[in-house]
Amino acid sequence: MKFLTEFRAPEVVEQYVNELHKIVTKPWTIMEVCGGQTHSLVKNGILHILPKEIRMVHGPGCPVCVTPLNLIDKAVYLAEEKGVILCSYGDMIRVPGSKRSLLESKANGADVRILYSPLEAVKIAQENPDRQVVFFAVGFETTAPANALSVVHAKRLGLKNYSILASHVLVPPAMEAVINDEEAEIQAFLAAGHVCTIMGLGQYEPIVQKYNIPMVVTGFEPVDLLQGILMTVKQLERGEANLENQYSRVVKPEGNPEARKVIDQVFEVTDREWRGIGTIPMSGWEVKAELSEFDANKKFAVNIPKAPECADCIAGLVLKGIKKPYECSQFGKGCTPMTPLGAPMVSTEGACAAYYHFAGEEISA
Amino acid sequence: MCLAIPGKIKSIEYQYDGLVRMAKIIFGGITKEASLEMVPQAKEGDYVLVHVGVAISIVDEEEAQKTFQYLAEIGELDDLVASSQLDMPNSNL
Ligand code: SF4
Repeated sequence: MKFLTEFRAPEVVEQYVNELHKIVTKPWTIMEVCGGQTHSLVKNGILHILPKEIRMVHGPGCPVCVTPLNLIDKAVYLAEEKGVILCSYGDMIRVPGSKRSLLESKANGADVRILYSPLEAVKIAQENPDRQVVFFAVGFETTAPANALSVVHAKRLGLKNYSILASHVLVPPAMEAVINDEEAEIQAFLAAGHVCTIMGLGQYEPIVQKYNIPMVVTGFEPVDLLQGILMTVKQLERGEANLENQYSRVVKPEGNPEARKVIDQVFEVTDREWRGIGTIPMSGWEVKAELSEFDANKKFAVNIPKAPECADCIAGLVLKGIKKPYECSQFGKGCTPMTPLGAPMVSTEGACAAYYHFAGEEISA
Repeated sequence: MCLAIPGKIKSIEYQYDGLVRMAKIIFGGITKEASLEMVPQAKEGDYVLVHVGVAISIVDEEEAQKTFQYLAEIGELDDLVASSQLDMPNSNL
């Protein structure tokens, strides 16, 4: 099949860039919400080749970055003091808590495991009936079906030793929080393709209408991103505000109903604290009350006092698109991927790490 | 982490006491297992998008071509899309 090989085609990229140069007449600020897109934009040098009028700012769509410090401390506590097998995605394990990261706990002898999928954690629980297994389930809507499915599997198997520490966040309320932030000056959004794969387009039309802001659901390849940006700039130049779908090969208007069924079975909407941003009402999911035996928060009722954030880290401003990573005094100095002061320098989807690895300070777009 | 990669379904089998539909999926050179519970209509040979061990969508080939048709429609994409130069090795997928 040819189509999957076409998406990296440099010739097509060039055509898109030429077309953008041709149509842009004014400066525009566009936010890509998803950290995966930030990474692709920076890594593939797209920020360098865009017309100077187009300023891309990077949004809060990095699940690891917005997971509260307090929850990391809680995971560390469960691994060290409660003797659980604590599993999560690789990025999450490396984010520093107020005292240490889960990776450091592991080095100190705690049973911390890096997994590719939460379904593997269920297998571990099955194989270790005398141990408690906790999966630190972070993520946006894209990851929720897998995390929810792990609970469904555990229930099906009658496991009493599996639970998840959920830190699930939702994109639409975060978009509204960014739009309503007085310091942010976003004129259009690239919406996150994989989030819409699950949720569909229905939640976005009201935001487009209410704030009269253009939005294009976009994929992750350079060609996708450039097409998404082109579709957005066309709307901006024409003074329109519509919801468009660039990523129709993957995103259906109705999303994935099977996935949403599983999510609804396991999660319910709740207020969530976003690290660096604060609490956003109705912006996350938690395990439903009737499934509380699978909710690590309820199963291990520990109260970890809130620790202060690192005073120099401006991650909140970076996540809202108000500052660029290189505008942080610690960027590349006190804060590097080896010695991260904040989560955006750890996660592969964090804007600070993307700039550190691929761009440095030279990008001022 | 929201990274999801398209791969091709090589084979399908039931696991977990025959309850769960799982697939072997080829990504470039690597084969991995993923749950097909979110895409019950997926069959062998389909391309699916896989995220943390779960297939979340079937990739639609016709829709995929639209990304390339788009430029052609606005009159900018000569014969590029059709040209064989675009058949590059699939190493990154
Ligand atoms: S460079 Fe480091 S300290 Fe600065 S905002 Fe990014 S993560 Fe925080």
